[in-house]
Amino acid sequence: MPSEPTISYAHVTKSFGALKAVDDVSLDIAEGEFLAIVGGSGSGKTTLLRLANRLIEADGGSIAVEGEDVRSVDPVALRRRIGYVFQAGGLFPHLSVADNIGITPRLLGEPAADIAARVDELLALVQLDRDAHRDRLPEALSGGQRQRVGVARALAARPRIVLMDEPFGALDPLTRDALGDDYRALHRKLGLTTVMITHDMTEAILLADRIAVMRGGKLLAQGTPAELSRSEDAYVLELLRTPRRQVERLNALLPQGGAA
Amino acid sequence: MSFLADPRWGEALAHLPDYLGNHVRVSLAALALGLAVSLPLAILTRNRPAPRAILLAIASIVQTVPGLALLALFYPLLLLAASVTLAWFGVSFSAFGFLPAMLALALYSMLPVLRNGITGLNGIDPALIEAAKGVGMTARQSLIMVELPLALPVMMAGIRTAAVWVIGTATLSTPIGQTSLGNYIFAGLQTQNWVFVLFGCFASALLALAVDQLLGLIEVGLRQRNRLRSGLGAAGIAALVAATLVPTMGRSPSGYVVGAKTFAEQYVLTALMRDRLQAAGLSATARSGLGSSVIFGALKAGDIDLYVDYSGTLWANQLHRTDIKPRAELVAELKATLAKDNITLLGELGFENAYALVMPRKKAEALGVRTVADLAAHAPTLSIAGDYEFFSRPEWAALQKAYGLSFRAQRQMQPDFMYAAVASGEVDVIAGYTSDGLIAKYDLVALDDPKHAIPPYDAILLLAPKRAGDEKLKTALQPLLGKIDIATMREANLRASGNDANSSPDAVARWLWEKVGGR
Repeated sequence: MPSEPTISYAHVTKSFGALKAVDDVSLDIAEGEFLAIVGGSGSGKTTLLRLANRLIEADGGSIAVEGEDVRSVDPVALRRRIGYVFQAGGLFPHLSVADNIGITPRLLGEPAADIAARVDELLALVQLDRDAHRDRLPEALSGGQRQRVGVARALAARPRIVLMDEPFGALDPLTRDALGDDYRALHRKLGLTTVMITHDMTEAILLADRIAVMRGGKLLAQGTPAELSRSEDAYVLELLRTPRRQVERLNALLPQGGAA
Repeated sequence: MSFLADPRWGEALAHLPDYLGNHVRVSLAALALGLAVSLPLAILTRNRPAPRAILLAIASIVQTVPGLALLALFYPLLLLAASVTLAWFGVSFSAFGFLPAMLALALYSMLPVLRNGITGLNGIDPALIEAAKGVGMTARQSLIMVELPLALPVMMAGIRTAAVWVIGTATLSTPIGQTSLGNYIFAGLQTQNWVFVLFGCFASALLALAVDQLLGLIEVGLRQRNRLRSGLGAAGIAALVAATLVPTMGRSPSGYVVGAKTFAEQYVLTALMRDRLQAAGLSATARSGLGSSVIFGALKAGDIDLYVDYSGTLWANQLHRTDIKPRAELVAELKATLAKDNITLLGELGFENAYALVMPRKKAEALGVRTVADLAAHAPTLSIAGDYEFFSRPEWAALQKAYGLSFRAQRQMQPDFMYAAVASGEVDVIAGYTSDGLIAKYDLVALDDPKHAIPPYDAILLLAPKRAGDEKLKTALQPLLGKIDIATMREANLRASGNDANSSPDAVARWLWEKVGGR
């Protein structure tokens, strides 16, 4: 790799009681890369993600973010400079869309006028109508709109890194597709480094540059979709076969040349 | 006379600034103290199950103590604390009135605030607390910006419940010397003045509703981030406090405080003494409805300046004597003993208000009962009622011992209801008071006590230690000594037991003064 990795896990372990959630994982994420971590529930993928911004503390090994060992950084400061998109949005129900988006800049003590301008900019960026949504409470939004606000909130403090915890999992397929593509475009435009958790290999293949496969706390494989397809691990191959099989079945069932 | 044209409404209204003001002050102070303790405790224990469980258990136990008992318990507790601080640090404080009432009510307010506070904070979706952390909040910022706002509706519901409880329970602080809207209720019940009872109930209910609505306004304002609404609510509460402070500022806090126990005769005598002091140019206020166990301590501590007690009561309760002496001897010995505590026994008023077993004249004649000794043979088939303290008093033990009394059933009653109860046959015998006007009204008879099991109960005027050398006070009271005979007091009490405009303690006191003052 040409430069130092933006996030680097080295022999990281984390146990919850007897359960080894993350077991000796080493993984580098390069600057500007979009990495998807794929795995079933209980595979340790969420734990691995949260170790990066110290929502969870590692038991062993070391994690470096932008060259600094995370243990040497104040966790609150660390979280403020890393964007985080929560499952189902994680929006604060008592705060308006604008207040939700502006929360991290507010915590950083930025002037109110700057925050207001930034919120408008972000609403445009995530393609939400300013006048229709700015002062609403999250409960008045659709699931897709909430997740767009979640993305805007993660980007508010101009982070270089964004962590996403199954961000599109709960959305309907059309919204999910649109949101995924839109985020992918933002990732490029803003030069972000993104780590996204998903249990859906199709989504991972379509959005990410590289994919890391987790199972039982261990990192089974990592690489581009093409690299993964050369893996010898049965589970990895099975994960990759599933989307392909689905495509074949869909092609068989749907008339060719129809709406697509 | 129409119900609303009754002049007692006006009289009740005249007391309102004083009673309401004190009620609001003690309630809001208690609520503020309760919140200041409970809210931090709820926040501190929100993630600690063990201390949380202990705290809630304690608060629940406090809640099961009846309000009246909790208030009454704080008086001796503080009295003890005051004597300790006096001995150790040389400072004392008044264990009477505001302080015990406020502390007891604050304790009473804790359960709903704690329970709702903890429930509200624990009910927050953990994903939101995680999100607060994830966007870079410190634990403190998460609490203030996310957890407290989200728990607010549940917490406010607890605060509003506490406010309503405290305002309602504050009416029970009258017997420990805290003036409140309960003064209407206690005085009204004792003197059968239903206008006062209703007035007190309505006033405290209205106050509770008003405070509840103002807190509701603050809640809605906070939730909708509407400064106008929360500001209006806060301004309303502030205005309530300010309004109640105004009348007190105009009045001088110094002056003589005349105490009264919780029955009609005491209300009348207190009004009479207050009028005498005022006629002599001395500033005086009445502090009525004090518990029988509180009032002597209050005099000793100087919280009240004077009151009328009964020789036999002090003989048994303060001197712990069980022997019986003739009237004059007993008073003389009492006077000498009280003098050691620097309490002045100024003199007897002239009448006796002794306990006596009382039954309808017709029933007594039918059974051939003239004395308590005659009654003893019939007692196992009869029921007896007494006031709240009679059956735990030494006089009752002495009566039982002397005559071998054993009744079929015994009940406790509000003193003013006893006479009607015995007249209607609800109970067969009551432990009444010899000076009570209702004895004649209902054609009852007080049974003789040939073995003198019950000591004499001369009405005696007591002065607080700090008034021992107060000649002005003594001169003003002098005209009352020895002037009120039993017939006069019975008639006064009968008048006070009526339910009309002339039956208020103030009106009866004026009548009594005309009756004894001219002689």
